Amino acid sequence: MEARFKLIELAAFLDRVDRAEGNADFRLDAFRKALRELDGARPDRAKQVLLALSDPTTEPVEKAPGKGAVGAWLGRMVDS
Amino acid sequence: MRYIEPHGHMVSRVTDDYLDMVTAGCACVCEPAFWAGYDRSSVNGFYDYFCQLTDYEPKRAAKFGLPHFCWLCINPKESEDVKLAEEVVALIPKFLDRPNVLGIGEIGLNKNSKNELKVLEMHVDLAARTNQMILVHTPHLEDKLKGTRLIVDLLESDTRIRPERVIIDHVEEHTIEVALEAGFWAGMTLYPESKCSPARAIDMLECYGSERLWLNSACDWGVSIPLNVPYTAVEMKRRGWSAEDIDKVVYQNPLKFLSQCKKFKLPKG
Repeated sequence: MEARFKLIELAAFLDRVDRAEGNADFRLDAFRKALRELDGARPDRAKQVLLALSDPTTEPVEKAPGKGAVGAWLGRMVDS
Repeated sequence: MRYIEPHGHMVSRVTDDYLDMVTAGCACVCEPAFWAGYDRSSVNGFYDYFCQLTDYEPKRAAKFGLPHFCWLCINPKESEDVKLAEEVVALIPKFLDRPNVLGIGEIGLNKNSKNELKVLEMHVDLAARTNQMILVHTPHLEDKLKGTRLIVDLLESDTRIRPERVIIDHVEEHTIEVALEAGFWAGMTLYPESKCSPARAIDMLECYGSERLWLNSACDWGVSIPLNVPYTAVEMKRRGWSAEDIDKVVYQNPLKFLSQCKKFKLPKG
């Protein structure tokens, strides 16, 4: 029941986004790509979703662009 | 039930939280130095904060019968200002002998910048020179994987650091192996909206075992739940964990790690 509830919440979120006006930011595409990790037989879906949303680079950035994180890595969407 | 809250920012909490934690079986609380939600304007702000952590807050906790310990540092969120960080790191040794100070923390990275790495190096050097234990904060969300790798690389490159005296906190499914395989302890932070839910934390315990792992609520001034460790213990029981195995995770594991600091003593009984 708990998983069913969360699944419908996700579906309703995507419906809500579709009904909204304006342009989505890059995180919506990142979210949709990460969703694909749920559809499969891998035993580590949670890890794969986290990896799909993570910065995979290894070098420190020159300067902190601020303090907060936003939930997905912009670079991945720019590259793809 | 008994448990230890190994990571709680109690200066941000109200006295009701202390009462609830003690009622739920909390045996002690450990408070890493944290970002105030705004940047402190000078080293004097840190002096006052360290006095609060080592003097006032243990007295406030004691009113509820709860032993209070702390860790000292300048938090990674304020590490872009290297000059200020140098002043704060120079201030810390004046407080290290205070009876409730366990070590240096929560140090680490926030946005994985070069200056944050410099300040992390300063803290690690201070911990090594003064034989202090280390509590590490790993970055949030999309920055966590990269930050965890950078932190572990830095710690492993310093031969003075013994991994069994370091805990890498806020691990999730994509970083837990990075910490454990390098020999460090790892902490799972139970947040309602980010980091790790009780269900996912128990999943990780079931997948990776319960050695060198602890649970914490990291309750602070943001959305957080001070009782999330005992709530997770209830969920563990629901999933069939024995009382002994739950006790190992929520009490004995943090006790084992923290007892490496000679100042960490809990009252008997």
